[in-house]
Amino acid sequence: MNSGIPIQYFLILATIMFFAGVYGFLTRRNLITILMSVELILNSVNINFLAFNRYLYPHKLEGMFFSLFIIAVAASEAAVAIAIIINIYRRFTTINVEDVNELKF
Amino acid sequence: MASIMFILFSAMIIVFSILTVTSRKILRAAVYLLFVLVSTSGLYFMLNYQFLAAVQLTLYAGGIVVLIIFSILLTSHISQKFESSGWKKNIFSAIAAMTGAILSIITILDYTFSATTEAAKEVNMRLIGKSLLSVDYDGYVLPFEVISVLLLAAMVAAIVVAKKGAPKTIGLPKLNQE
Repeated sequence: MNSGIPIQYFLILATIMFFAGVYGFLTRRNLITILMSVELILNSVNINFLAFNRYLYPHKLEGMFFSLFIIAVAASEAAVAIAIIINIYRRFTTINVEDVNELKF
Repeated sequence: MASIMFILFSAMIIVFSILTVTSRKILRAAVYLLFVLVSTSGLYFMLNYQFLAAVQLTLYAGGIVVLIIFSILLTSHISQKFESSGWKKNIFSAIAAMTGAILSIITILDYTFSATTEAAKEVNMRLIGKSLLSVDYDGYVLPFEVISVLLLAAMVAAIVVAKKGAPKTIGLPKLNQE
């Protein structure tokens, strides 16, 4: 393992993925696409954790378990966010973030 | 061989993650996200974390993407195209993202990583299960319990939030209607 690929390549890949997610988070207006950008960001962090664990501390398992927990948090976050999005759609018939500006109803 | 696979996976990840955030059609964006997640699981296989790659495939690619596609189908037309958000917003967001990416990449290339010389531990299912349930130094029983409570709370919250026509008062039903 670790055959020839430096750790920096993994980190640069994760960086590009992270900032693609940040760009989507800033420019998108649909709530579901914003959620997809957040998933991209979480996934890039997972790559970072695993690359650090495999290359720098291969005798421990911290990175692996933290990415496992991040995946679980991302799954529950997606479930709750989609429930909220569907509720918003039912009430406002749109999920554009600029049209949904009332907190109290 | 490994480097060819790495180049393939990383090219797929970069291209499809940029397409995910720039595509005008929402269903296509979801499918591009699926491609990104599947190639990420390929990277995990390359790093020799087979269990995590399987979890990534089943939970992300199988669970979350399907959930997202269902909610897309519930909330918008398939052929609907977004109108472009203003060019000003696009340009400034691109500048912010590019600046952050360039700064991070410069920092990564500057830093010298020093690996330990200890022998690598083989990650197998038995080790993962024992670590998740042990209270020793290498045990992760507390985050395991916390994450299970979180999953239960998220499940209940999703049901309560998405329930149709929630009654005004939650409690005992009134006994005398007249």
